[in-house]
Amino acid sequence: MISDITLGQFLPGKSVLHRMDARVKIALTFLFILFIFIANNFPSLGLMVLLAAVSIGLSGVPARQYLKSLKAVVFVVLLTSVLNLFYGGGRLLLQIGFMQIRTGGVVNSVFIAVRIISLILFSSVLTFTTSPTDLTDALERIMKPLKFFHIKVHEIAMMMTIALRFVPTLLEETDKIMSAQKARGADLESGGFTQRIRALIPILIPLFVSSFRRAYELAMAMECRCYRGGEGRTKMKSLHMTRLDGAAIAFSSAVCLGVVLCAALLPSVFG
Amino acid sequence: MSEIILETRDLTYLYGKDTPFQKTAVDGVSVSIRRGEFLGVIGHTGSGKSTLIQQFNGLLRPASGQVLLDGKDIWDEPRKIRAVRFRVGMVFQYPEHQLFEETVRQDISFGPRNMELSEEEIAKRVASAAEFTGLKPELLDKSPFELSGGEKRRAAIAGVIAMDPDVLILDEPTAGLDPQGRDQLLDQIVSYHRRRHNTVILVSHSMEDIARVADRALVMNSGKAVMLDRIDRVFSRRAELESMGLRVPQITKIMSLLREKGYPVNAGVLTVDQALDDLIPLLRKRGCIR
Repeated sequence: MISDITLGQFLPGKSVLHRMDARVKIALTFLFILFIFIANNFPSLGLMVLLAAVSIGLSGVPARQYLKSLKAVVFVVLLTSVLNLFYGGGRLLLQIGFMQIRTGGVVNSVFIAVRIISLILFSSVLTFTTSPTDLTDALERIMKPLKFFHIKVHEIAMMMTIALRFVPTLLEETDKIMSAQKARGADLESGGFTQRIRALIPILIPLFVSSFRRAYELAMAMECRCYRGGEGRTKMKSLHMTRLDGAAIAFSSAVCLGVVLCAALLPSVFG
Repeated sequence: MSEIILETRDLTYLYGKDTPFQKTAVDGVSVSIRRGEFLGVIGHTGSGKSTLIQQFNGLLRPASGQVLLDGKDIWDEPRKIRAVRFRVGMVFQYPEHQLFEETVRQDISFGPRNMELSEEEIAKRVASAAEFTGLKPELLDKSPFELSGGEKRRAAIAGVIAMDPDVLILDEPTAGLDPQGRDQLLDQIVSYHRRRHNTVILVSHSMEDIARVADRALVMNSGKAVMLDRIDRVFSRRAELESMGLRVPQITKIMSLLREKGYPVNAGVLTVDQALDDLIPLLRKRGCIR
């Protein structure tokens, strides 16, 4: 079933991370992703992996869910690490035609794989523990300064909310349309590449049509309730920072400082 | 050929198998559907009627139990399940949402073309399906998206009828239509059934619709088949139906209340005309009318 995709899904709960302010969570996630790239040797990367492990532990989300979200990017991880095998100096390990695998390449490839995996884990922690509404709310708050450049921050946030809101609806719709076309003998499971692409037409066109229909209906419903954009709008549930957020910021800063020190003082794996 | 066309044996279907959300949608259903009958399926929302009918043509595979079409398990050869879907045609709720081709004609031909029929045969089937559903010939070369709501619905139903199925299943075909469009569509389905002599299964919320067109009714309640009987016998069990959150047709309810008050009237009355046949002699006998 299509509903097996977990990347970007929210899993309700009451853990420490669920209770944190969404703005802080977004800011920290960005910070961590930045520091994954600042880390240039195994001790500093190790600190980031440790941080990821702590976050996963605190999120109270079963490890199975994280494995599922990694499944979606397995191909990307494999591709980049295989490509990186061939770059880097050091002792020659294997010669395949003109291509050489050296010790440096192996180190590189492991390093890159760990980087990508921790990147996915950090963003999964964010989406698993933050509801879409909180997420867009927080983004709207964070992007507020951009208003100075006449960027329509509220509209962007509203579009994101609506897009996220309609993902499950459209998945359900896809399921229905697929059943209806299968009932008319559509063959979605066999045939070559072009035949399979062609078989998608009876699914995609009705899906497009219905998305537009829904968009018109939604726009009408919003106008009927006098929606006029973000001007002078207040929030029913505003975001609050608590001591918990302070503690999270302090702890993360300490780890990040450690990463900077390790990166600056110890030799880099990239030579 | 035996009298039974479609039969289920202890059919069970689970949603969310092996997850904390596991739910039994269809629970040990064993029913027999007769060749050439018009069967109504009624049940509350979530009673499992949609899940049940989607197993009749192999869109859903049962967790346990069997679906027999002409005495043969449809899952005997999973690779030939498409052949079953051509024989058991299925019209989903709001079928107009599945239209996709450039013209109505091409859309109706989608099913027959998947059956790999000759162009000649396809043209013949499209014409007769359009006629059965009351679709005007000049609409056939228009884009399906230019049609009105009612016409779209007809075009979509024609797309299934064009496969000429032995069993036609319709899930709430009149939902969202105005009363006039609803009556017209039901009449067309009835006349199609009379002319083709095939089996029709109609799922509906409207007891009046079922009472008007069906020979027998299947009542579903929380995943189980609780009644399968002649329509007047089903509707005469008003108290039981109401305990399941189902209504009976208004006129049936009036007559059954009269019966409870001690008047000698038939409790299985389905239409106003039948009620009049019962009431007028009674009133005459009492001298209320001449």
